[in-house]
Amino acid sequence: MIPVLLILLPLLTGIISFFIKEENAAKGWGLLSAVLTLTVAVAGIYFYPAAQLSFDSAWLPSLGSRFTMSMDGMSKMLVLLTAISFPLIFIATYKNQYRNAGSFYALMLLTQAGLMGVFVANDALLFYFFWELALIPVYFLCSLWGGEKRIAVTFKFFIYTFIGSLMMLAGILYMYFQTTDHSFAWQSFYSVQLAPEKQSWVFWLFFIAFAIKMPIFPFHTWQPDAYEQSPTATTMVLSGIMVKMGIFAVIKWLLPFFPAASAQFAQWIILLSVIGMLYASLIAIRQDDIKRLIAYSSIAHIGLMSATLFTGSRVGLEGVMIQMFNHGINVIGLWIVADAIEQQLGTRKFSELGGLAQKAPSLAILLLVMAFANIALPLTNAFIGEFLMFNGLFHYNIWITAVAGISIILAAVYTLNMVQKVFYGNTTTLTSNATDISGNIRIALVILVVLVIALGVYPQPMIDLTKDTVGATMAGK
Amino acid sequence: MNAIILSALLGVVMMFSGILTKNKSVLKYIAAGGLLLLIAFNVMDTYAIFKFDINSRGLLSFEKFGLYFNTLAFAATFIYVLLSGSDIEKAGINVAEYFALIFFVLCGLSILSGFNGMLMLFLGIEILSIPLYILTGSDKRNLKSNEAALKYFLMGSFTTGIMLMGIAFFYGATGSFTLNALPVIPTTGMINPSFLHVGGLLLLFVAMSFKVSAAPFHFWTPDVYDGAPSVFTSFMATIVKAAGFIAFIRLFQTQAVALGPTWKIILSIVIILTLLIGNITAVFQQSVKRMLAYSSIAQAGFMLFALFSSNDLAKEGILLYSVAYSLATIGIFAVLIKMNDYTFDGFNGLAKSNPVLAFTATIFLLSLAGIPLTAGFFAKYYMLASVIKQGGSLWLVIVALFFAAVSVYYYFRVIQAMYFKDGDAGTAPISGAFKLTLVLLTALVIVLGIFPSIILNGFYF
Repeated sequence: MIPVLLILLPLLTGIISFFIKEENAAKGWGLLSAVLTLTVAVAGIYFYPAAQLSFDSAWLPSLGSRFTMSMDGMSKMLVLLTAISFPLIFIATYKNQYRNAGSFYALMLLTQAGLMGVFVANDALLFYFFWELALIPVYFLCSLWGGEKRIAVTFKFFIYTFIGSLMMLAGILYMYFQTTDHSFAWQSFYSVQLAPEKQSWVFWLFFIAFAIKMPIFPFHTWQPDAYEQSPTATTMVLSGIMVKMGIFAVIKWLLPFFPAASAQFAQWIILLSVIGMLYASLIAIRQDDIKRLIAYSSIAHIGLMSATLFTGSRVGLEGVMIQMFNHGINVIGLWIVADAIEQQLGTRKFSELGGLAQKAPSLAILLLVMAFANIALPLTNAFIGEFLMFNGLFHYNIWITAVAGISIILAAVYTLNMVQKVFYGNTTTLTSNATDISGNIRIALVILVVLVIALGVYPQPMIDLTKDTVGATMAGK
Repeated sequence: MNAIILSALLGVVMMFSGILTKNKSVLKYIAAGGLLLLIAFNVMDTYAIFKFDINSRGLLSFEKFGLYFNTLAFAATFIYVLLSGSDIEKAGINVAEYFALIFFVLCGLSILSGFNGMLMLFLGIEILSIPLYILTGSDKRNLKSNEAALKYFLMGSFTTGIMLMGIAFFYGATGSFTLNALPVIPTTGMINPSFLHVGGLLLLFVAMSFKVSAAPFHFWTPDVYDGAPSVFTSFMATIVKAAGFIAFIRLFQTQAVALGPTWKIILSIVIILTLLIGNITAVFQQSVKRMLAYSSIAQAGFMLFALFSSNDLAKEGILLYSVAYSLATIGIFAVLIKMNDYTFDGFNGLAKSNPVLAFTATIFLLSLAGIPLTAGFFAKYYMLASVIKQGGSLWLVIVALFFAAVSVYYYFRVIQAMYFKDGDAGTAPISGAFKLTLVLLTALVIVLGIFPSIILNGFYF
């Protein structure tokens, strides 16, 4: 019952939220719902018997699709990430003003329902449904509350991902007709033995959908604009959780079904991913806007995960698992800082900022930890993930590893450059009147920093949680 | 047979009820009542509870599929009358006649879903078309409406000529009017169609393509749909078009073999052209009504897949597609009729001035675009699934998916105008009952998007 509850709770509270007129009531309602979902997720994953984590019921008998849900280690981890992120996002943006706050929180909660569904669905058609359900509210969120170029940018984002989804639908249908029992169940898909030459193009139908979502080079062009123009709370969902949908889908819905094609195209995908890492890092260096910098830095991080996925290395896969969670946490932390600065000073440009550390010391300290995590410094959570991933990559090809390693150096360059320009140096006219962050942002950031350091020092819980998925994925090879 | 007889009778009844009562809104309720009666009698026919039995000498045959289609079409018409009945009253002077003509169209539809011989096909198409010519021109003082009617009539008559020629060829080749007349060589069991036979079928194909507005025979569609009073466009673009498809499929599911492998080639070309022209032209429209006209061409491209694959899934699919597409289009037209300005800009800010209208229109547009959780998704799903099941034409599916993505562009432009742009979208006064019907229709679209089996179960039980 737990997976159903995780979907229904945000779905129903979201629908109710459409009818809340008062802004503070809507905020309180959204936060309450997110905290409840977190409680259910934690209780379900850690305290309830495993039998509660799956659900199965008839849905479309004539089509062979069932309402089947289950949670393995990876989905538990991503459900936790989703459940933790939403309350934090709501706390950090609590003071932001929204027109029609009720609808804003409603759409956010519907997105959460879609994300939860994607992570727990065990039936391909159901998975597709939730995949889209997560997209539609985001479209409205960005278009209604975003920046000035929002309509065109969000539309581009929507069309991109929609084309991907449709290709995946064709792939799902193709696989469905190959199953012996005419079913959309994951197990039925898994037992399909496709000939390698067939695999090689069905693979792309799925992969392009996931590659657009992640996004990896050259499917990434929607991403920096979308991140920049979206309202920050939505950007956090997009970059913190939604990109994980792509990686999650590759691990669950791609690698196990098409082992031959995955091996065949691995070198090309790794090459593209590594090009993307370098490319994004180089662009990030040239940015003058905090949001765009984080966006490009995110492409670089995702590129590393995607490259490692296709090396077929066990250690690498463990690293990806850990990093999925950690990247989510870290990038949300960075967005919170960016949003705090923008809300207070009305700009995101480095060139107009400087010396903020004198005015906002606690923000500076918290940012610094987040920035270190972004560079994957030891003792931060990202270190262990990146270390494992590079280890996997190293066993695949040393040269690729070396090139990918450059992006780590570049990450330090652009991240520290941002910290320096924004927080140190002389104050400008703009920053001379700045004050320190408000309580709600402080709470959110402190929770994140604690998570960053705790998981950096002791990552074992994450490795244990996702052990079964890693084992199952590697066994399929 | 029930449906054919009753709908013709009801048409006559409606015509005379115009003499008996001067109160326009009574007519709407008579029509709605008549439709319910029609549904009831058709259902009785389906389950053999009560049926007129007239020996048609094999020219008509009623199977479950056709009868069930009738039920769905009548139900859609019922919803249409409920939703847009009061707008039919405003379309012109002779309200009773419009309702009568709608019943005559339904009579033609019932023949098309049960024809078994070429003569009945011809009769059905004509009974279906002639009332439409009149309905198109019903806004007598509007030049565009007159032009559209004349254009439609001329082109339609021309096509009728082509169709008759096709039927004549067919008769000449096979010596029979029946649908399953195929020139089989007795010794080998091979089909050996003569030149006349193939020529006849191709002429019939052209005529039917014209009726369902498949490219390159679609040129009448935008002008006619744009010129006709919106309330009748809504009817023409939905229920009538679906009837055309049912006839198309009925005609070619047995005869397609005579064309051999060329059949699939011709059909793929027509499908791709239809999708291409419909979608790409829709992108460039400035008027929502005209956009919907082109989008109906694009949707026809998807419905042609049922003809292409012609298997069990396709049969289920065309029913579902007809229902999903009809409901969404009836809904969006009902909203459009209420707008003062039919351009995209005319929708600016509708979400603020009238949130219910904007929300329901959004769901209808999402359904037309085929987004999951709406009926339109499963409609497209079935069409694509039927082609993939048939095997060998996955490229066609991918082309179709590409155009489905293009269609998102123009459907979403309306959503963008309603929600994201500022403006004061003016609407005609809207009654509470209208809003309620609209919301119920929206709920139906969503429920069908989660449980499409509601429609399909009716086909089997």
